Amino acid sequence: MIRILHQIFRTGIVTEPLPAVVEEEITDIGNKLEEAVRKRFRRSLTIRQVDAGSCNGCELEIHAINNPIYNCERFGIHFTASPRFADMLLVTGPVTRNMEIALRRTYDATPTPKLVVAVGDCGCNGGIFGESYASLGGIDKVIPVDAYIPGCPPTPMALLNGILRAIGS
Amino acid sequence: MSILTDALVSILGTAARFETRQYPSSVVSCIVPRDRFADAAKALKKVYALLAAEWATDETPFGGGFAVFACYRFGAEYLIVKIEVPANDPAFPSLAKRFVAAYRFERQIHSLMGITPIGHPDLRPWIKFEDWPEDAWPLRKSFDASKQLPRTKGEYKWARAEGEGIYEIPVGPVHAGIIEPGHFRFQAVGEMIVNLEERLGYVHKGIEKKFESLSWNDGVKLASRVSGDTTVAHSLAYSIAMESMTECSVPDRASWLRALFLERERIANHLGDIGAICNDAAFAFMLYQMMRLKEMILRTNHDLFGHRFIMDKVIPGGVSVDINSKGRKAILAEMEYLSKEFEKLVIIYDENPSLEDRVWDTGILSPEKARELSTVGPVARASGLNLDCRIQNPFPPYDRIDVKVPVLVSGDVHARAWVRVEEIRESVRIIREVLKTLPEGDLSSACKPPDPDTAGFSAVEGWRGEIIYWLQAGPLGEINRCMVRDPSSVNWLGLEQCIPGNIVPDFPLCNKSFNQSYSGHDL
Repeated sequence: MIRILHQIFRTGIVTEPLPAVVEEEITDIGNKLEEAVRKRFRRSLTIRQVDAGSCNGCELEIHAINNPIYNCERFGIHFTASPRFADMLLVTGPVTRNMEIALRRTYDATPTPKLVVAVGDCGCNGGIFGESYASLGGIDKVIPVDAYIPGCPPTPMALLNGILRAIGS
Repeated sequence: MSILTDALVSILGTAARFETRQYPSSVVSCIVPRDRFADAAKALKKVYALLAAEWATDETPFGGGFAVFACYRFGAEYLIVKIEVPANDPAFPSLAKRFVAAYRFERQIHSLMGITPIGHPDLRPWIKFEDWPEDAWPLRKSFDASKQLPRTKGEYKWARAEGEGIYEIPVGPVHAGIIEPGHFRFQAVGEMIVNLEERLGYVHKGIEKKFESLSWNDGVKLASRVSGDTTVAHSLAYSIAMESMTECSVPDRASWLRALFLERERIANHLGDIGAICNDAAFAFMLYQMMRLKEMILRTNHDLFGHRFIMDKVIPGGVSVDINSKGRKAILAEMEYLSKEFEKLVIIYDENPSLEDRVWDTGILSPEKARELSTVGPVARASGLNLDCRIQNPFPPYDRIDVKVPVLVSGDVHARAWVRVEEIRESVRIIREVLKTLPEGDLSSACKPPDPDTAGFSAVEGWRGEIIYWLQAGPLGEINRCMVRDPSSVNWLGLEQCIPGNIVPDFPLCNKSFNQSYSGHDL
């Protein structure tokens, strides 16, 4: 136990402030955002992540925004296990034929305002997989999308930025 | 001659014809008559060969019918056995009775290529879902991959357990965490699991078919995205297979840099896995500590190589990014810090009784089963199988690095976690050695497209285990077939087999200790 406590105190808080460029951008949308989060989501935004067919690269970076360095919970963002509690669906793609029905059902199970954010190049437009017998392409081919976060995969910073922008708009 | 070829020739004699268009020449390929396919398997099983992969090709562009391949491995040897299958009678003798690993390979061949394995016990579709038209076989050349398929009605028959008090728990495809989709169906009595059946295929993106429409150099980009967490190893395996066909010699510096990337990928993923295993045993402290170290590795990757996962940096012929002396120093300092911090955490892991209670004796995959299923990577090494292509089938520069891997026999969650701990230590050592040795020279050499009607093979030890690529050039020199065998293709069966007898709440823990790729399996 003493070792655990020692490690915790020695490590301290490793969460970083956002870099200046991003900070600026966020301040830019900040006022709008705070109001939006307060009003619409009562200071907390609950996300359900759906992998609709990604290569799992995007999932790694979505994991990373939960790590102590990016610590998305400080913005009131947290991930839920059920779409029924979610304000936002964070969907990675491309949407495969075999996931289409599951994605539609998840969308239907989500209460309004059900913001949808498409993550990654494949989520935005199908990426390298494009459209074929197995891949339907970007998320917006199947459900309405409110915001896009491109990148292969998008960095944790780009993800945070994109999520904040999606609720701010 | 070698053990595998000797065994094959002793039973088939002159009926086995050796192929010369298969590269590298160390991988022997031979054609046997269709009705002797199972005999060959029997003979190879007798000399303790493992079935590494089984796949089919459509050879109509060459004026033939279909062909089915089985790749066997024993120690450092790989042997590919091929049979020709006429287009008007698409069937072949199943190997599932000899090698359990053939069970899913053959279901996949049946579903996607439309060739029937005669004598296979279970021909339900795999990866192909019940709502696909039955005659849609995407890997056939006559199939138009650009068209979307209509949905038909169909039903998937699940394995059912019956008896008093037995109930069923369906899980997925959309899971509770931030992970990929797949379906698990448990039959349980109280807390105890009687049977688990996996259903995968949700992230089938048509990767193998897509390869056939790409140029050789674009193929590596797709290979990088077969499984995002294994991007270096997949692009490396594709590149090595292609280089073997073109006799392209990779500059020494590039080979050593490839090893650097591969080991960094291994460390990053193993750190994440150890953290996640502990987190699923309700020890969140370890997850955050490990994630902190993993983030450090990824950031250094980004600063030095321009991508957090070093994606698209391994290319056929070499690598596309270099390291300077400043970068070298940065990595050495990082390794120093990592080792120090990591060792502290390992002590905490090792001394924590509540963790011990969860991870020991949970999810045991016995050495017999691990062998029977032809498992690979840390899963195999935690169950007594000493398999690692960096040692048995070393690709440069591992022929000059003395790699030591841990082999444990308990096959439980702890063993799989501990193999990762030891592998991180070893990778740190390898990285130091790479940086010390790193020769000067070019980063890549030109890699011309392969000659028509040739085939290339590679086996690369990614962090999940052995990745196999088999590339075939068509009559015009285009990609006729690219077979991808991610470790997940075999290891998923291991998870299914180790679960019965465990309690339901331990499933996430067992699953994390395997941490297989859905995308790499579904393709």
